[in-house]
Amino acid sequence: MNTTEPSARMRNETAAWTLIFGAWLVASASTLGALFFGEVMQLPPCVLCWYQRICMFPLALILPIGLFPLDRKVVRYALPLAVPGGLFAVFHLLLVAGVIPESIKPCTQGVPCSETVIEWFGFVTIPLLSVVAFSTIVALLIAAHFRSAK
Amino acid sequence: MKQKTLFIIALVSLLLAFVGGTLLYTAQKEDKSAQQSDTQRAALVRMHSPTLGNADAPVVIVEFLDPACETCRTFYPLVKEMMAANPDRIRLVLRHAPFHDGSDKVVAVLEAARKQGKFWPALEALLAAQAGWAPNHTPQVALVWKHLEGLGLNFEQMRADMTSPVIANLIAQDLADARTLRVTQTPEFFVNGKPLPSFGYEQLKKLVDDALKDTQRR
Repeated sequence: MNTTEPSARMRNETAAWTLIFGAWLVASASTLGALFFGEVMQLPPCVLCWYQRICMFPLALILPIGLFPLDRKVVRYALPLAVPGGLFAVFHLLLVAGVIPESIKPCTQGVPCSETVIEWFGFVTIPLLSVVAFSTIVALLIAAHFRSAK
Repeated sequence: MKQKTLFIIALVSLLLAFVGGTLLYTAQKEDKSAQQSDTQRAALVRMHSPTLGNADAPVVIVEFLDPACETCRTFYPLVKEMMAANPDRIRLVLRHAPFHDGSDKVVAVLEAARKQGKFWPALEALLAAQAGWAPNHTPQVALVWKHLEGLGLNFEQMRADMTSPVIANLIAQDLADARTLRVTQTPEFFVNGKPLPSFGYEQLKKLVDDALKDTQRR
């Protein structure tokens, strides 16, 4: 009854669009941020950073395709990138924090993943930014999914 | 329509922020490299480093070199050329940056040759024969010796000197200084303390020419 009412449906559509747009904003800002660290500041990315990049960069490209015109299914395509990316980020954060011991870290050559290269305000590190970005994207996408399902 | 405008504005602002940040960062970095800190200046030249050329030369090139690095091999004659073109006005200070696995042992061989006064001939011989003792970029110290024959070196003495803690400390110090100076690739050059703005022969040539001109005016 309510769902068939045009204005309510329109509002739902707009809300879903805005949520996906928000997720895209976060993904693009993270992509450009990662490129800034890597290409401008020339900090070499460690292996775990590469896995997170693999999950983050496509989001910045896929999500706009779901915005014009609004295609709710984009959530289905984006979550399989965002969720593993978030898991890599959490793993990385725990590694830096020392919760996970050095011995099981997957990278030994090149840049050690446990090295902290940036620390803003005493606690903001690159893995923390990554965890925040991925979880925000996942939350926004799930919210968009439930908005559009109604 | 409004959504499209919003999207385009967001995209453009993100890109502008990236470009602006890049410009700001590069400008700041150049500022910083102009006024190096004292620790960095101390890390640049150590008394223990092998040098080539006039000790009072106005232009000092500090080169971080890995004997197993191909680009170092390519650049070595170019640097020598610059020195030959400006006799007595350029001094080369060599710092060890054995980034290849096993390269530190080869550096130890060179340092042992230095004790017999044959550092530069040994370095030149090894650079020339690089592929012979570092197949597939894997330096193997056992393969080095045959390329050093004919230089009149006492190999037995060298084998004993190679393992001395003095040489190990020297290499460790050079690697620590490379870290301080953020040298992550070889060769890396500093001309009168200034790093290359970006890597390349042209950039090195320009930096050296500018330094030569600077000292001429004074």
